[in-house]
Amino acid sequence: MTAPDKTLLTVDDLRVRFPTRTGMVEAVRGVSFTLGRERLGIVGESGSGKSQTGRAIMGLTPSQAQVTARTLRFGDRDLLTMPAKDRRMLRGKRLAMILQDPKYSLNPVMTIGRQIVETLKTHESIGRSEARTRVLAMLEAVQISDPERVFDLYPHEVSGGMGQRAMIAMMLVCGPDLLIADEPTSALDVTVQLEVLDILDKLVSERGMGLIFISHDLRLVSTFCDRVLVMYAGKVVEELSAANLHDAQHPYTQGLLNCLPQIGGNRHPLPVLERKPEWTL
Amino acid sequence: MTTALSIDNMLVLYEDFAALNHVSLDVAQGESFGIVGESGSGKSTLLRAITGLAGFQEGSLTVNGRSYGGRQRDKEFYRTVQMVFQDPYGSLHPRQTVDRLLLEPLIIHGFDNVDARIARALDEVGLGSGFRFRYSHQLSGGQRQRVAIARALIVEPTIMLLDEPTSALDASIQAEILNLLEQARRDRDLTFVMVSHDLGVISHMCERLAVMKTGEVVETVPVEALVKREFSAEYTRQLLVASEGFRRD
Repeated sequence: MTAPDKTLLTVDDLRVRFPTRTGMVEAVRGVSFTLGRERLGIVGESGSGKSQTGRAIMGLTPSQAQVTARTLRFGDRDLLTMPAKDRRMLRGKRLAMILQDPKYSLNPVMTIGRQIVETLKTHESIGRSEARTRVLAMLEAVQISDPERVFDLYPHEVSGGMGQRAMIAMMLVCGPDLLIADEPTSALDVTVQLEVLDILDKLVSERGMGLIFISHDLRLVSTFCDRVLVMYAGKVVEELSAANLHDAQHPYTQGLLNCLPQIGGNRHPLPVLERKPEWTL
Repeated sequence: MTTALSIDNMLVLYEDFAALNHVSLDVAQGESFGIVGESGSGKSTLLRAITGLAGFQEGSLTVNGRSYGGRQRDKEFYRTVQMVFQDPYGSLHPRQTVDRLLLEPLIIHGFDNVDARIARALDEVGLGSGFRFRYSHQLSGGQRQRVAIARALIVEPTIMLLDEPTSALDASIQAEILNLLEQARRDRDLTFVMVSHDLGVISHMCERLAVMKTGEVVETVPVEALVKREFSAEYTRQLLVASEGFRRD
């Protein structure tokens, strides 16, 4: 991969806190990283704060939560001080996010084509027929073989893999600079997973986007991304280049790698991750 | 070697759609048998047809030497065959405590000494007595799945049907649950039929596996064949490649 030529996103000391009945819960506790036009993976278990990190960058944190950071900069713009209206213009246009399950994240009462056109028209002043042409081209780019037909289908009429492709098409149609994919393939079958990743990979590299790939699957992330952040209890415990995954130093990363059953592994019982309280410090 | 479970030429129709299209397989006593396939391949339907949750129109089913048809099962079947479901959030009654959840099967099957049995079952799955009077919403996903396993083991079954028991769990919790299931199988000499979409999990847990696609068994192979790549079906190869992660070409 080419080295990141310029910084797209700077995150320094990002914190996300939720007020609860029993006091403040800090879901993200001081996450810092910079991202160029590269593929960055964020891995962790449920509750590690990986999704909240992604949502905070998008500005999709629930309103009762507090988001603070020393720096949260996208290109030359400060995301924290930006008015909500500007942030809304940024979302979908320059920053985009793919969610886990197309069944829940596509609008069930709008056809797929109309939803993608809506995204396009929100951000660009564009005529109807031109929008339609652009959307059909985009659907073709995500390898939907019959885009004219899929354009007029409702989300419940397509398979999970097709729905996720439509979602990718919707997110990429405005040509964003940064794409955040939050478990984009976890709801899909294993063989479909690879097809969708393949499409995502090609589009990201063709268009020179930055990608943040959030997943619980360390093995998948390490084969897909250039760099991996491992999160535990709201903090980044280790940063690795994907190729050197097996040189992981932190016992948590090693534990995550070891506890996966492997074909021909023959380890009975499987090594179990032993969580140490000092990891959360 | 006696056969614990035998399915011959089973057909399950949902209206005109054949969810299981003439499937045959045999599972020996004490064996751990895996079923791999993607959504819609019929792997869950197979388990549901065994338990009588789904009826089958053709073919035969023999469990521990008795044959069953359609959806009728006797009480002995319901004790000796137990099932653990995929979603630990959906398979426990939300308004019953763990104690109540474990008590119900004991009452149904007329067990005595219920108090000691519940305590022992919780110990066996690694939950102390501190969990006994909690509700399922007070437990984590892994703890709930332990309760579901305790509920299955408490009536001393001989056959366990496991429908994706770890796919809703984190990788580290998955390892704990798989170890627990293996331990239970060793201690009680259980027969497992385990369904999963994850070849890694199946190859870790099972001795033989069937690969399913669109309601049919594509092939049945011993696990060693996966390691040595001695299988014939193209679909098995696809699944194996997919389980190794993403490759950029």
